Amino acid sequence: MAELIVYGIVLGSIISLGAIGLSLVYGILRFANFAHGDFLTAGAYVALFMVTGVLSWIGIPDNTFGSLSFGWRMVIAFPISMVVVGCVAIALDRILYRKLRQKGSGAVMLAMSSLGAAFIIRMIILIIWGADSLFYRPGLMRPALEVPLGIKIRPDQILILFVVLFLVVLLHLFLKKTKMGKAMRATADNMELALISGINTERIIIWTWGIGGALAAAGGILYGIDVQLHPYMGWNFLIPLFAATILGTIGNIYGALIGGLTIGIAQQVSTAFLLPTYKLAVAFIIMILILLIRPKGIFGKE
Amino acid sequence: MEIGGIIAYLVSLAIMAGIYAVFCLGLNIQWGYTGLFNIGIAGFFCIGAYATALITTPKPTGMYAHYVQQIFGLNLPFIFGLLGAAIICGVIAFLIGIPTLKLGEDYLAIATLGIAETFRLIFNNEHWLANGPRGLMGLPQPLQGLVDPRHYNYIYLIVVVIIMVLIYLSIERAIRSPWGRVLRAVREDEVSAGMSGKDIFRFKMQSLVFGAMVMGIGGALYAHYTKAISPDVFTPLYGTFIIWVMLMAGGSGNNKGAILGAYVVWGIWIGAKFMTDFLPYTLKARAPYIRFLLVMILLEIILIYRPQGLLGEEKKVSKLIE
Repeated sequence: MAELIVYGIVLGSIISLGAIGLSLVYGILRFANFAHGDFLTAGAYVALFMVTGVLSWIGIPDNTFGSLSFGWRMVIAFPISMVVVGCVAIALDRILYRKLRQKGSGAVMLAMSSLGAAFIIRMIILIIWGADSLFYRPGLMRPALEVPLGIKIRPDQILILFVVLFLVVLLHLFLKKTKMGKAMRATADNMELALISGINTERIIIWTWGIGGALAAAGGILYGIDVQLHPYMGWNFLIPLFAATILGTIGNIYGALIGGLTIGIAQQVSTAFLLPTYKLAVAFIIMILILLIRPKGIFGKE
Repeated sequence: MEIGGIIAYLVSLAIMAGIYAVFCLGLNIQWGYTGLFNIGIAGFFCIGAYATALITTPKPTGMYAHYVQQIFGLNLPFIFGLLGAAIICGVIAFLIGIPTLKLGEDYLAIATLGIAETFRLIFNNEHWLANGPRGLMGLPQPLQGLVDPRHYNYIYLIVVVIIMVLIYLSIERAIRSPWGRVLRAVREDEVSAGMSGKDIFRFKMQSLVFGAMVMGIGGALYAHYTKAISPDVFTPLYGTFIIWVMLMAGGSGNNKGAILGAYVVWGIWIGAKFMTDFLPYTLKARAPYIRFLLVMILLEIILIYRPQGLLGEEKKVSKLIE
């Protein structure tokens, strides 16, 4: 059980990265971005393209760090992929969502457009890479460390937790200390008031998409390192992402963090009783229960 | 291909488009008239298909029971399959409506998406329920013995068209009644409809359930057409989004548009298949993805440049107003 909880924290930290971005976008742009799961997929595959394509071509060595499953190539590919997916998210906003916003289309039209965008991203990945599962390093043995309580954990998984922690602290500092971060929080709190105070909401929107896309990309890469890459990986994250976002109250990034960890732990612990394929259904049931008991989430004001 | 083959092909095309038209009509009640954002059509598709399969096939016995497991098999006629599919889908829609319809429209979307994925998982993993990933087959077809099996599709086309027209007429009738006007008022402005003393939740629930029942019938029609079903058919792409594209293309809020959209988009879909046949051999395996990519781009273009679709909504539904 302790082991499942630890694995749940690893999975939950990945969900949190996606949920924080989803929650930010949801809070500031007021629509459910159904393409968010596919940002995770996009991030993972952009990193794959860097690691196995570009970086090996320019001659970056393929060594791994000690007992980790990756090396310098991944260290370089990671931030590049975050930037690329951040730009993809911004580009989607420019091409699709901004046009709809300007036409005064409702939130549902935007959500539907994002659903279409989700499939466009996934179809492009399927066309390029096909439908099989892929790995950053195929055929690599990945031994686990034995830590107290009989928990087996791979060095990769420990590193994943540190990477997530680092990104969350970075985001926290950005939101608390920088002018843009403060403006983003203000906009999430009250769009009209932010407009009156002279905040440039279009710039806020660009930053929101950029940060949301970059965090999702990070989540996707970390999942790819931990498990595998698959064109549907992000889609399967979509329900857990929404469950985490709703549980943690829409627009609240700390709530999204807690929501993500809760959903991750619940999903992993459930595998002790249920088939692992039901993980997605577990997230869904939790979401329905939240909607019934406390639709505004744990941090919501009634 | 000789002329008979072409006609047979067109008939099979018309049957599938007709079945999709039934789904579009169901979605039109929910989205077109009430503004309910259901993105889990595949769930109702799946439930409807499995419901009719369990109702109309016998429970396997003897040797056969080793290979096919199903929770029950009633061996009833086709019409009971349709009714059963409609009722079960209605009940599921009711249950999903309880936690979500009082909240914002996005919540219904997320919940219907979740129910669609969950049911697919259940049918895939629970072998005792309906034979797991291998699915069920040997569904009976109505009026089977009437003609040579090679020409049976003509009969089924007539069955599909009759059911489609009946559903069309009943929705037209409902939408032109006071009930239908309330639905549109709810869609346009919930607050003022509520202030006029209308129970918003109740009307939304009725619309959700009505639409889901129509989708259940669509699922049943599909199952009896293909005679074999398995969970991998009911994916979000084939089961949900192509139907959304059809309704948006035809014109949401217009029942004729819903049917037209189904036929036009299905025609484009099949036409794109002929086009991808010309692709080089290495790309052929990826052809379905290319087709879906084109359909999704079509959806985005419609959303931005022609959100009202081909026909657009009829503003006046009463014949009495000039």
